[in-house]
Amino acid sequence: MKKLLLATTVMALTSGAALAQQTVRMGTEGAYPPFNFINDSGEVDGFEREMGDELCKRAELTCEWVVTDWDSIIPNLQSGNYDTIIAGMSITDERDEVIDFTQNYIPPATSAYAALSADADVVGGVVAAQVGTIQAGHVAESGATLLEFATPDETVAAVRNGEADAVFADKDYLVPVVAESGGEFSWAGEEVQLGGGVGMGLRESDTELKEKFNVAIQSMKDDGTLNEMITKWFGAEALVF
Amino acid sequence: MLASCADPSVLEGLGWLLCYLTSGTHIAFYWSFVTVLVLLAVTAPVALAFGFGGAVAARSSIWPISLLGRGYMAMVRGVPDIVFFLFFVIALDQGIEWLTHQVRCPDWTDPVRQGLEFRVCPQAKVPPGNAPQVWHQIYGFGLAVITFALVFGAFAANVLLGGMQAVPRAQLETAEAYGMTQRQVFRRVLVPQMWIYALPGLSNLWLILIKATPLLFLLGVRDIVYWARELGSTKTSVYAYPHPDWRLYYFLALLVFYLCMTRVSEILLGRLTRNLSRGQATAAGEAQRKAAGGVA
Repeated sequence: MKKLLLATTVMALTSGAALAQQTVRMGTEGAYPPFNFINDSGEVDGFEREMGDELCKRAELTCEWVVTDWDSIIPNLQSGNYDTIIAGMSITDERDEVIDFTQNYIPPATSAYAALSADADVVGGVVAAQVGTIQAGHVAESGATLLEFATPDETVAAVRNGEADAVFADKDYLVPVVAESGGEFSWAGEEVQLGGGVGMGLRESDTELKEKFNVAIQSMKDDGTLNEMITKWFGAEALVF
Repeated sequence: MLASCADPSVLEGLGWLLCYLTSGTHIAFYWSFVTVLVLLAVTAPVALAFGFGGAVAARSSIWPISLLGRGYMAMVRGVPDIVFFLFFVIALDQGIEWLTHQVRCPDWTDPVRQGLEFRVCPQAKVPPGNAPQVWHQIYGFGLAVITFALVFGAFAANVLLGGMQAVPRAQLETAEAYGMTQRQVFRRVLVPQMWIYALPGLSNLWLILIKATPLLFLLGVRDIVYWARELGSTKTSVYAYPHPDWRLYYFLALLVFYLCMTRVSEILLGRLTRNLSRGQATAAGEAQRKAAGGVA
């Protein structure tokens, strides 16, 4: 009853606002720097925040950022809690079956192993990866024992406290981790190319919105602003278009 | 934020810590404690009301009402909390949107369920897609309160029913002998006396409710557990305040918080038990009478 009252109040308050400029709710994880993270003032920040805001400006959309769990990021999109996933999500065939992707805004990502020693066994040992990522899928197929965690930070912590021999993740995510560990972490094994790059995920029925974002991403690729942003957030060695 | 915190990279020692602990995310962390306390303050009375309703319904001599009361208790008590939380929040959310969809968009031709998608017309979104984020948070919190109240209401109903049945039959018969109607017996004799029997169970429930608040995180509300994990995780220099894995300390702080909460509750509930025992035909009431030098 209370819920209904609240709902009607909410509707009464907001239904008056014109739908002139479409509001798009952008779902992100907020725990995957430098792709997306919660900065110290509590705002969503990172490469995807800057790029997403620019995309919205170009597509003339009003964007609202929503933080959600990685675990449930696809189901929550499908049930309409937000309209896009912009969370460093690689385009894969499995995901493409349930949601749609825009064209990629980061080239096919390099994934890498980080471990406490460079000769860690990444094929026969225990490898930590975030649940539901392409990296987790790759580890499962590689023959190593897969140890899954809900957040990327926990995968790194697992290596540090000896639970896992190595962590397998996007290289872009691991670069600052390795660089700032003071020699504790080093790269191990071979780098692997996975997926079709990072794109925005949308509901399959949202074709119009997908087109708008596709156009905006293309325009950012064409005038070079996207490459600038990639270099700014991921460093000079990052792959660009 | 303090003015001296403008550039955290030059700070050291206590100054750094002070700035760190007053950063925007930490303020959000402190507010999440308020969220938890508000949840407790709202849920407890609502759950008690649900429980009272359930217990009265279960005692009813009208068969369908009694079935409803007993069914409610059995159903919620028999399902793991987490399953109920996950199921109910989605069901409630989609149910509300489906109803508004029927009312507001009668001409909508696309099916609401398209494969895995749940898609209502934009006017039927609750809260509307263009509403500020705060409304979405309030909505999520509202769903959480309803769910908590439903689950704990079922447990409370069971405890209250037990309390009602524990009131000595002689008390009720005496009241009837004085010519009171069933309703008067219920209101004047049964309800005032049942609390002392229900209190041990209710105080247990209250402690369980306190300890169940981290389930908020499961419902998408950013509570103290979410923030402890988020703030404690390793921060690289992308952040203004880089630090190693400090989750241990954050969770330790939560541990202390919950221990304090339950300890304070125990003290207050103990006092309440003493007050309610006064003059009751229970062992505790009897002990009080003897201590006061009354005639046994």
